[in-house]
This record gives sequence, structure tokens and C-alpha cells, in this order.
Amino acid sequence: MRTNKNAGFFPGAQGLILEEPLIFELSVPGRTGYSIPEDDLPDLPESVMPSGNLMRDDIPGMPEVSEVDIVRHYTRLSTWNYSIDHGFYPLGSCTMKYNPKVNDRTVSLPGFANLHPLVPPKHAQGALRLMHELGEYLKEISGLDAITLQPSAGAQGELTGMLMIKAYHESRGDRDRSIVLIPDSAHGTNPASCTVAGFTTKTLTSGNDGCIDLEELQSQLNDHVAAIMLTNPNTLGIFEKNACRIARMVHDAGGLIYMDGANLNALMGIVKPGQLGADILHINLHKTFSTPHGGGGPGSGPVAVNAALEPFLPIPRVIRTDDTFAWDYDKPMSIGQMHNFYGNFGVLVRAYTYIRSMGAAGLREAAETAVINANYIRVKLREHYQIAYDRICMHECIFNDLNQQKFGVSTLDIAKRLMDYGFHPPTIYFPLIVKGALMIEPTETESIETIDQFIRAMIEIDRETKSQPDLLHQAPIRTKRKRLDETLAARNPILRWTPDLNFPSQPD
Amino acid sequence: MRYIPLTQDQRRQILKEIGVSSVEELFESIPSNLRLNQPLDLPPSLSEWAVQRLLTGLAESNADSDKSPCFLGAGAYRHYIPAVVSSLGNRQEFVTAYTPYQPEVSQGTLQALFEYQTMMTQLTGLPVSNASMYDGAMATAEAALLAFRTTKKSLLAVSRALAPGYRKTLETYTRHQEITIRELPVTPEGRTDPEAVQSVLKENPAAILIQSPNFFGVIEDLSLLSSHINNTGSMLITVVNEAVSLGILKSPGDTGADIVCGDAHSMGLPISYGGPYLGFMTVKEKFLRQIPGRVVGMTVDKDRRTGFVNTLSTREQHIRREKATSNICTNQALCATVAGIFMATLGRKGLRELAFLNMKKSAYLKQRIGSLKNCRLTFTGPTFNEFAVTLNEPVERINRKLTEKGIIGGYDLSPDYPEYPDTVLLCATELTTREHIDNLISILEDLGRVS
Repeated sequence: MRTNKNAGFFPGAQGLILEEPLIFELSVPGRTGYSIPEDDLPDLPESVMPSGNLMRDDIPGMPEVSEVDIVRHYTRLSTWNYSIDHGFYPLGSCTMKYNPKVNDRTVSLPGFANLHPLVPPKHAQGALRLMHELGEYLKEISGLDAITLQPSAGAQGELTGMLMIKAYHESRGDRDRSIVLIPDSAHGTNPASCTVAGFTTKTLTSGNDGCIDLEELQSQLNDHVAAIMLTNPNTLGIFEKNACRIARMVHDAGGLIYMDGANLNALMGIVKPGQLGADILHINLHKTFSTPHGGGGPGSGPVAVNAALEPFLPIPRVIRTDDTFAWDYDKPMSIGQMHNFYGNFGVLVRAYTYIRSMGAAGLREAAETAVINANYIRVKLREHYQIAYDRICMHECIFNDLNQQKFGVSTLDIAKRLMDYGFHPPTIYFPLIVKGALMIEPTETESIETIDQFIRAMIEIDRETKSQPDLLHQAPIRTKRKRLDETLAARNPILRWTPDLNFPSQPD
Repeated sequence: MRYIPLTQDQRRQILKEIGVSSVEELFESIPSNLRLNQPLDLPPSLSEWAVQRLLTGLAESNADSDKSPCFLGAGAYRHYIPAVVSSLGNRQEFVTAYTPYQPEVSQGTLQALFEYQTMMTQLTGLPVSNASMYDGAMATAEAALLAFRTTKKSLLAVSRALAPGYRKTLETYTRHQEITIRELPVTPEGRTDPEAVQSVLKENPAAILIQSPNFFGVIEDLSLLSSHINNTGSMLITVVNEAVSLGILKSPGDTGADIVCGDAHSMGLPISYGGPYLGFMTVKEKFLRQIPGRVVGMTVDKDRRTGFVNTLSTREQHIRREKATSNICTNQALCATVAGIFMATLGRKGLRELAFLNMKKSAYLKQRIGSLKNCRLTFTGPTFNEFAVTLNEPVERINRKLTEKGIIGGYDLSPDYPEYPDTVLLCATELTTREHIDNLISILEDLGRVS
């Protein structure tokens, strides 16, 4: 009923996949492909230039190629990537939603792209206004009182938040709060960020329902607890039903609530994290607010806080006086700077463009649709794959491979086989508390036709599990490269090309 | 909403298939008294045309450094971005992919990053590069933490000529570790005082952090400093925040650095009000398993064909959690890809030519400034593409007068360095024309006559 009869059953097929060597192997001595602006100066005496042992004569190994070589090389490489523009990318916890093209256009406007960060504020009023207004929108969405846009990614947002928690307790003379509680379902960045901020972490074992166990929490709360780091919805795609009670318990014990906003896509316009008791929230603009991930960044991780934490926000802060904007460095309680300038400004321009395009109703519709799509996948696949927690989920649903293990097929095999059908695999083996986890986050920007194709591929893979498990062990077979040997890469690290490199692909 | 394809009919039908009667039922786990019963207070949704007009208006109220002569550097360097770099860097297959967790469908990003790593090792002269950090300030803080972890020593000696924003970020990152930071003074040459380096070495620091060209634009004598530092058990961390200089200056690896870190935004990225930029780090082989961030390695697939993967992940937060070498996850991969394209485009000869032209433009400006009666060169040391000038009136006043003539003046050093009052950092790159320079000189000359 929802199938286009003319379209293929699955998007995956083997096309014209070109091989391409390393750029260094294309190099020919004396070949050039660059154009440098004219030298319009008279000759200068050598004495005015640096010289001698400060200088180098050559950059050995650097490529010498033509412009055409460059274009073909990188174009070919790009075709070996799967991207959100290619198709469905249901990486759980990553919110791989479509990245609107108008955002690319606005970030490239000369008044943004050519704006030097150190011009006097009166020459950057548009940029400062944009940052101020984006901050206001994110405060409204999060239900918190103040914000910094400086952190460059979620993990730096976490670190910023944890440093503020440290500063908050210290400002109150409460110096013995050195412990942060973290549920066992949390992202690995949570405990890593705590360590950099000088905290020790304690793991909270989740209850049978995948949520925080209140008794376990109570038993861990004491005068040494600085905060709890909570992801909500958690990484199992489940709303922490006791969020408010947890907040009361932690607050009563003198601790703070750090909320990891990685999963904010499920909540925006539905509920404000500040009303769930969060004191601090980081927001991943490269997830919830549609900015592209770039194969691993740049992202942006603004941190919103309640009024009590406001004095500790990083400097500089954007301030508004009447209708004029400026930078304020004079915040004596601030934790300091996290960036040489103001953060990933270009990412902020994209997120601002997105929020202005969506409006309040659009953002709520996005959250609702993301949750609808995830639940649709949940009910369609639960007969074929065991579901970790079978109840209504938020924006993502988690299966495991227990049904398939009986046939010797693992989550890894399922993930790799999905590539043959033209889909990026879900997040796998995370969260750690679900053995063999397959974490599926469809987002709101996928059509039901695409999601149906994905569901059919998953069902087909389950059928293959029983009929030809070996096919799955071999998967993927239609990609440019088959399964890659990660053990070899770690055991014998080759991290750069050198002229005498022995390629591991050459027979011994 | 134009980015949400689910139609109203489909929505009703899907809800039925899920087994709920309304979308509210899906949110029942959220206490109903907390659920919003009115829309968020945000401006209304705009059409694509209207949003573009709005953003164009905001952009146009900023100073476009391509339209006005600009002498600002101080950590953000303007360079020409070749058309191929923008065109290829905007390929949406690179832009809209996630971190390459599934290498079989991410070979493009992975090979591009492997090539980036290789070129960074060639430029910096150290053999191991990661695949990017957030920015130069954060990369410097992470380098200091690496030194702290591996040497188990607590003192960091930091040049006063390290960019102030880097020093401030370093302070933020190290505040809750057992680390003490000591500042190293600057000589009249504008270089880190070698005697201070020798004397701090007696206290056995974890590392000595030296930027070159430093914040005053002066090229440090790294060979001299490293001759004191190497073999003492303390590490030399060389910071570079104008990566174009590496095209012509002796590589930090060849002058004894244990770690090179900094920012490479000047290779192909727009200055974009300070970000996204490109933090980088290269290290000696022995720190291979200590380096923070993603690292791409070469391997083989099942058919023994060459391929690439993210590797050495046992250092990283998703495996090691609280014991990881860093908390970094999302980094600046696309910026690294773009810088790789830039380096490959300019190549062995072009990077050198570009660096030479920067040096020459700045030398010309410096020569002309040096001939003015109302200005004096603050430092005597050799410089790359920027240098400090002490004026006989406040920088702010001069800059205001330049603004009236449509010129963006240099960076006022005095707020960060009260010991250098009325001092401005002037930067000239290949984008600074002779006309810009001659014009600036004649305005400064006129000001001198008036005052």
C-alpha cells in the first residue's frame, strides 16, 4: 500500500564504485594545482625577512597534484561515504535527522563567513544578536534561566556543566562534594567528563524497568555527592518516570541535577527539562537542531542553567543593553573560557536558521513524529527481534540479538547485513546494559515509506538468520570494502603514509 | 512542516498500528501536569525565503573583512580559500555523514582523515597525528593534560607569549587537576626568556609550553629552547595557531618538540567569527597510546584490500569511560577534511609560496611602519605575518579613526598585556594588498602630523 511499484525493493545495490589510491600516490614532482594571490610588492632586502636556522627548505612527502587530481580524488572518496543525504541513518542516540540546505546557505553569507572574531562589537551586531536570540530560544525550550553557546560539542558541554557544579559547591563552602552518580546506561562521555572536572564517579545500577532504581539512588546519596548525571529520555529510549522525585531526592541531599540533553529531540515542545528538575542541561545542536555532523564534527553543545548557576557560566557572555549587543568578560565567579573565541559560531547560525524555519509548532511536531516513528518500528519488529524493554518508547527503541544468537548470528552481523540492503546500521552494543543492543532512532524526517523499507530489510535479515546464517557472517558484500580488520589496525597501528610504507594489503 | 514527511492521514493510521488512540498516549510516561499545554514562546515559522532574508539582514550588519582592509590576526587568520576547497568541502557526502562508526560505509571520511593525519605529520615533523580537536586552545589544554598524565609531574611552565585565550582555556581545563601553572616572561626581542626556561627546569616541570610564531607574531628560537629542555624529563609542547607559517618555518618536530598542537583553521576554513576552527595535535611515537581524540588507521578488509578504520579506541571514553585519555567524542572532522583538501591543493610548493608571501607582505608593512615617527616596533625578534607596534596614543583611538576610513585596525594588546601600553598587533596576509598597506601608512602618517 505504501510501496512505490517502480522503486527497488531496497535501495542497496552495487554501482559504479571507483578505486582511488592515496593522494600521495598520485603525486608527480613538479606538478601544481594551486593559484596564490599576486605578489604586488617590490623586492625586499633579505635582511628584513626571517632566515637561517628558523626556516625549512621543503615539506617532504606533501603531495604535488593538479586541480583535476584533487577534484577527482575527493569526489571519489566522498562517494564511499554513506550520509543522511543518501538515505536512512537510524543511529540511536545520534539523532541523524535531515540537514536542511538553506542552513548551508545562511552560514556561508559573507557577513558571517568573513567576520573576524576580534572586530569591535559594533561591527558584529548581527552575529551577537543571532547568538543572543538563539540563547533565548534554547532557554525557552529547556525551561532554564541562562545559557552559554561556547562548548564545541556535547562532551565539552558536559565538562562545562561539571566545572560549574564544582564551582557552585565551592562557592558555598561545600568542598567535600567530590562524587557524581551516573546510571550504568549513560554515555561514556559522562564519566570521562567528570574525571577531567576532578570528580570521581559512582555507577547506579538501573532497575529492571531500565529506569533509575530509587532505593539504589537513596543508598548512594550523601554529603559527598555533588550531582547526578541523568539522560532523559535515557539511552534505552525510556522516559525516566521518576525524574521529579529523583530531583527532589538529590536536591534534598544537597546535590544538583545535570541533564544530558542528547535525547532532547523527544521532548522539545512537550516538556521543559527545567520543570523536570534539571539544574543544568547541555543541548547537542548537531542532533536536535539539525546541524550536520560532518563525519565527526563540528558540533555544538550549549549549556543552559538555572539562575543559581548563572554566575559560573563561561566568559565571555553576550549582553544586551537596549538594542545593542556586546561581550562581557567581567564575571568574577565564571569558570573561565572553554574556547579561544566564542565556540562553533557557524553551527549556531545553522541552528538559528532551523529554529526560525520550524517555529514552536514545528519543533513540537518534530518531537511527536520522532516518537511516533520509533514506536512504529518497535511494534513492527518486536515479533522478529527481542525488544529490551517492551513498552511505549520515546524517540528510539532498543532490540537485542537473543532470537538470532540461537542461529549463531550476532548484532554485528545484522548491522553489517543492513548495509547490503542500503541502510546505515543502528547504534550497536550500546547502551552497555543491553547485551547485543541494536538501538534504532528513526527521527521525524524519515517518511513512512522509507521506514517500511527498513522494517522489511530487518525482517528479511531475520529470515536469512535462519536460512543462511553464513551470508550474514560474510556481510557486507555490496559495499566498497568488506568487513575491516579492526584488530590488525590496533595491533599494528599505521596512522600515516610514508614513502617506504609496507601496505598491509600486500601479501606477506 | 516542510522537513517532516508524515502526512496527517498516515499519522492517524500509524497511531492505530501502534495501538494508541492519540499521540498524547505516547507521552503518558511524562507526568501530565508537566506536559506543556501551550506552544513554546518562539517566533513563528518562516518560509525559506523569509528565513534567508532575515539571516541576510543579520549578516549584513556585520563587518565583511573581504570588503574592508583588515589588519586583525591575533589567533584568527584570513587567507584565500581556493574554489576547489569550498566546492569539495561542501560535498554533502562528507558534510552529512556521522562519525565513521561503520567503516565499510565510511571509507571516504576515513581515507580523507588518514591523509589529513599524514599531512599534519609532514608539516609538524612529528609522526603521530589525531583526527582533530575542537580548537587550538582546547588542543593545547589537552596536550598539557597528556604531559601531566605521562610525566606524573605537576608543574606546567607556560610562556607569557602564548595566546591569552589559550592560557585562559588551559587554566579552565587544569583547575581541578593537581597542576600548578608558572608563567615564563618575555625578552625585549618578544621571545620567551631562555634563562627563565633554564631556571624553571630545575623545578622539574611536566612540560614547557611555547607558541611559535608566538602571540606577538615573533618566531621563537625553538632549537635553543629545546637544547635546554630535551633530555631533562620535561616535555616541550610547541603551539602553532597560524598553521600557514609551517609552510616555511622549520618544523617544530625538527626543533625538538615532544608534542605540537594548535589551530589549523587558517588552512581552508572561513574565519567565521571564531569557529568552527580546527584544533590539531601531533606527538612522538612513544605517546601513540596517550593521544586524545579520534585516530584513523590503515588496515585490510576480508579480501585483504586496503581500508581504514577508527583505531586505538581503547584510549577513548566509550570504552574506557572515566579512565579515558580525554572526554572528547564529536570533534571537528569536517574541518580536518577541509584542511586536508587545502594542504593537498597547495601541496609541497604552494604551502611554501603562500607562507613566503605572507612573510613578505608583513615584512613590507613592518618596514614602512618602522619608518614612521609616531610608531615604534615593540619587539626586535623576527616575525612571520604579524608583529607588535607601540603607538603614541591609545590603540582604541587610532582604530576608531581607521574605522572612519573603512579600515579594520589591528588588535589592541594592552588589555591583556598592561606592560605594553598603546601597543597594537598588525597582521598582513596574502589578502593584504600593497594598496591597503600604503593607505594605512599614509593615514598613520597624517595622524602623526596632527598629534
